[in-house]
Amino acid sequence: MEFRDPPEAANTLSVRVRLFARYAEVVGRDSFAFQLPHPATVSDVVALLRAQVPNGKLIPERPLVAVNLEHVRADRPVRDGEELSLLPPVAGG
Amino acid sequence: MAFATHRSIDLSRLLESVSGVGLGGTAVFVGTVRRGPDDGPVAWIDYSGYEEMLEAEFGRILDEAANRWPQARFGAQHRLGRVPVGEASIAVVAGAPHRAEALEACQYIIEEAKNRLPVWKKEVFDDGMTAWRENSVSQADAERA
Repeated sequence: MEFRDPPEAANTLSVRVRLFARYAEVVGRDSFAFQLPHPATVSDVVALLRAQVPNGKLIPERPLVAVNLEHVRADRPVRDGEELSLLPPVAGG
Repeated sequence: MAFATHRSIDLSRLLESVSGVGLGGTAVFVGTVRRGPDDGPVAWIDYSGYEEMLEAEFGRILDEAANRWPQARFGAQHRLGRVPVGEASIAVVAGAPHRAEALEACQYIIEEAKNRLPVWKKEVFDDGMTAWRENSVSQADAERA
C-alpha cells in the first residue's frame, strides 16, 4: 500500500508568526497563521505578513527573526508547521 | 536559577553562586534604571521579553564564557516587568582565580547580553507618556540578519 500527501499539502506551508513588543503593538496582535507556497524562506513569510496584515508595512522588511529559540537569517528555508518570531531591535540591560 | 525574574534581582544569591575557595576575584556588573539629564522624566521602565528564548540565549552566552574562561564561574539575571528608577534591571557576576579573567568575563557577558537577549523596554514618564527605547548597537544586528 502506498501513502502520499495530497498535492495541495505538499505544495503549501503552514506557519505561525509571533510578534513581540513594539511589533505586536503596531499591528494590534501578537500572532498570525499563514499559508504560503512551498518552497519559502523567512523573508517570504515576512513579506506576506507585511502585505496582508493591517499596519504590516510598519514592520521592517528585514527584522530580526528567531526559529526554535535561535536567530536565523532571512534566506533560511521555512518548514511546514514552524513558528517564526519577529523580534524588534533588542533593548536588554 | 532562571535568568529571567519578575522580582528584584537577588545579588547576594548570584554572588554565592560564583564563590569558591579557588576563585580569588569576583567582578560584578549591575545595570540600573536611570533618570539622567538626557533621559527625560522617566518614572519606570516596563521590560518585556521572549522568555523561553531569553533563557536559551543567556545559556548560550554563559556557555561561550565558560569555553573562554574555563576556570571561572558565572551568574546572571535580567528583571522583567515594571522596574522603577534606581532599581536593578540586570546583573552579571563572574568569579575567577584572578581579577583579569573575572573582569574580562563579566564584560563579555554583559556586552553579549545587551546585543542578543530578546528583551524590550518601554519607558514610562511622569506624565504617563511612553516610549520604546532601543539599544544603539542592536540596529547593526538587524542589518546583519
